[in-house]
Amino acid sequence: MKTFATLINALDSTNKTNLKLEALMHFLAEAEEGDKMWLLALFTGKRPKRNVNTALMRQWAMEIAGIPEWLFLESYSSVGDLGETISLILPAPEQYTERSLSEWMQQIATLDKATEAEKKTFVTEAWRSLTHTERFIFNKLLGGSFRLGVSAQTLINALARYYNMEANAVTHSIMGDWQMDAVTFDELVQGAYTDTQLSKPYPFCLAYPLEKEPEELGPVQDWQVEYKWDGIRGQLIRRNDEVFIWSRGEELITEQFPEIKAALLQWPVNVVLDGELLVFKDGQVLNFSALQQRLNRKNISAKMLQELPVVCFVYDLLELDGKDLRNLPIKERRSMLEELLRQYAGGPLMLCHTIAAVDWEALKSIRQESRSVNSEGLMLKHKDSPYHTGRKKGDWWKWKIDPYTIDAVLIYAQKGSGRRSAYYTDYTFAVRKGDELVSIAKAYSGLTDKEIQEVNRYINQHAIEKFGPVRTVKPELVFEIAFEGISFSNRHKSGVALRFPRIARWRKDKTAAEIDDIEEIKKMIR
Amino acid sequence: MLQFTPKGILCVPGGFYIDPWKPVDLAVITHGHSDHARWGMKKYLCHHYTVPILKSRLGTDIAVQGIAYGEPVTINGVQVSLHPAGHIIGSAQVRMEYKGYVVVVSGDYKVQDDGLSDPLEILRCHEFVTESTFGLPIYNWQSVAAQHTQLQEWVAGNRANGKTSVFIGYSLGKAQRIMKALEGIAPIHVHYSIAVLNQAYESAGIQLPDYAIADLREDVKHLAQDIVILPPSLLDAQVTRKIPDMANAICSGWMQVRGARRWRSADAGFAISDHADWPGLLDTVKATGAEKVYVTHGQTAVFTKYLNEIGIAAEEVTTRFGEEEESVEPS
Repeated sequence: MKTFATLINALDSTNKTNLKLEALMHFLAEAEEGDKMWLLALFTGKRPKRNVNTALMRQWAMEIAGIPEWLFLESYSSVGDLGETISLILPAPEQYTERSLSEWMQQIATLDKATEAEKKTFVTEAWRSLTHTERFIFNKLLGGSFRLGVSAQTLINALARYYNMEANAVTHSIMGDWQMDAVTFDELVQGAYTDTQLSKPYPFCLAYPLEKEPEELGPVQDWQVEYKWDGIRGQLIRRNDEVFIWSRGEELITEQFPEIKAALLQWPVNVVLDGELLVFKDGQVLNFSALQQRLNRKNISAKMLQELPVVCFVYDLLELDGKDLRNLPIKERRSMLEELLRQYAGGPLMLCHTIAAVDWEALKSIRQESRSVNSEGLMLKHKDSPYHTGRKKGDWWKWKIDPYTIDAVLIYAQKGSGRRSAYYTDYTFAVRKGDELVSIAKAYSGLTDKEIQEVNRYINQHAIEKFGPVRTVKPELVFEIAFEGISFSNRHKSGVALRFPRIARWRKDKTAAEIDDIEEIKKMIR
Repeated sequence: MLQFTPKGILCVPGGFYIDPWKPVDLAVITHGHSDHARWGMKKYLCHHYTVPILKSRLGTDIAVQGIAYGEPVTINGVQVSLHPAGHIIGSAQVRMEYKGYVVVVSGDYKVQDDGLSDPLEILRCHEFVTESTFGLPIYNWQSVAAQHTQLQEWVAGNRANGKTSVFIGYSLGKAQRIMKALEGIAPIHVHYSIAVLNQAYESAGIQLPDYAIADLREDVKHLAQDIVILPPSLLDAQVTRKIPDMANAICSGWMQVRGARRWRSADAGFAISDHADWPGLLDTVKATGAEKVYVTHGQTAVFTKYLNEIGIAAEEVTTRFGEEEESVEPS
């Protein structure tokens, strides 16, 4: 596991893309086949089943280190990661055993049939014979939830450079539902496996936020304009009587949307579509909180299908009858798509309408009103644009409406996890409710590292109370909180739930007396 | 015998303070770091080696008396002596004996022998005031030899890739340890602020490796592939970025945790500290045989609770030590 540990260490210890790339290239050159396979597998979310309960691991580690549970929890809260906490509190290793990553993974896989005593022997033996970093990696592998400190794009670029290939070809090759034992690493990356893979999605074409005046984009007639829907972006694949639905996070979500799957299976042609999955009822798009109730469920009841019916607003056609159409201009893809939906109309697959406007002024007022249809703004797609791989500036823009904002005061803080574990970075904010404060949102992002350090100092000096890892802070620091949506909620003390809350800025100019009142905030809900 | 006051730790019968943060008549100083040695005292008493450090930091006109380790001084009937704390050069624990009752204030200390400061001396006492900067069981330092190897390997790797190795470490104590670890590996350049403190080491007769002073305001091409040591304030500075093909590393106990390493925008983080780690704190507190332990700066709540659980009476004390080191300075 040495080579893998070196890689993880290198990826962890720099935030320079170039150095990460170097580390990956080095790994690709040094590591054995099986280990490279595992790197890709872990990266693309093909995680093994968790065979050892974390509560047990925690218990064994406390036993070996001889520390009480509260002290373990304090350590955990300071480190922010269970696997790492365990690796740090254990005594130094007694000997060293070198096994490759794939050997470890094979052994871990066999644990599903092991008894608890056998698991304990295996795990504690491993702890005794691995260095600190490797012990940490081992713990993460056991949990199957290992996140590598590198972006998908960097990994793909490293593979592309190593194999002297185009980056989008690599992306295409490694996406999808491949099985580790069925292919070699070289074959997989070089795409030998691609053709037989019905499920393989295309990389999504992404839009940049529009930060200039729309007039700078030229005549409005050059642009295909759609509402920007706040649902789940999905790639719908129908090939040879099979349907696959991929989310933008490159997860297969087919089974979560049985109505979409069934409808697409009815189609007599093979297609790949791009669209937005939304809850649509009585002729209206419902907001994201409705869709959220449909997500990540083991079983979707008939009642749920009836109460929260999902449709797909289709806006692009990427493949028809096995032919890749992505290089055609969108105006041509669009007319083919319209034709298809005319032929097979009905059911939950619906054409995402385009918006015609005489000029940008007219479009601006349509955008301003987009919340009235539960959309979050507009999409602008140049009529000559191909379907790009990933994000490319210039052809596609998202022109979102300004977020809602409120002023709220910081009341609780907790240390973050991972990279943020050294600082209080997870904040809870409150607004006024008469003379009291009521918590309204948690937010993790939006401050610069410098500001986080400044807030951190304030928290250290002004913490009033301590509940485990949570600090109650004197309510003095005011922040502007931006969010995309707001709805009533019984689960929140304030009675409202905010969508995508984040810190817009630190209002050093305001005092806690100037924060918003919950009753005023409720008026934002339509 | 001790009272924890808003000005600092007061030795009641002696009428003097230890590392006070507000001006007082007589301040006994454990070591030269800025959170322990502050400005404005009528008179300072410290170890001989700390005298030049205080003068360079607080001004040459301060009234300061230097004494040797183990040299007793009587102040209002209290016998005061300084004993090695192993933290940095001249760092001392303050031992106070009054009518047969012994109290020791540790200041900052470490158990590992770094080869530069006199190693920690264990003092039996009735009451012990301990720091707790790294008072969590996740902090277990590697041996000094292993730390040196780590640094040497990193520099060798950088040189093989044509890179300049830039180390970030506290200018008093850490910088000199880094120099020592890398002796003879490659030419060493240090920032001016470090060079000033190097003189304190040299005047105490401690041999440091050869070094040159790096002036980052001037052309820095000649630093290529060498070793450069800078204070923490220059970590993200513009001038630092001019150093050709640099890879930078932070040396600090906080670097033990992956999150802390990833948080700081450095290419490497090495857990090298001038403070005691968890076993170091525990072993020291036990070895003093103290019947009462006061826990200052760091993981005060956790360490106090744990000591009480294992049968050592302990109490948390709020001080202003460690303030500047919290997130700004590596410990």
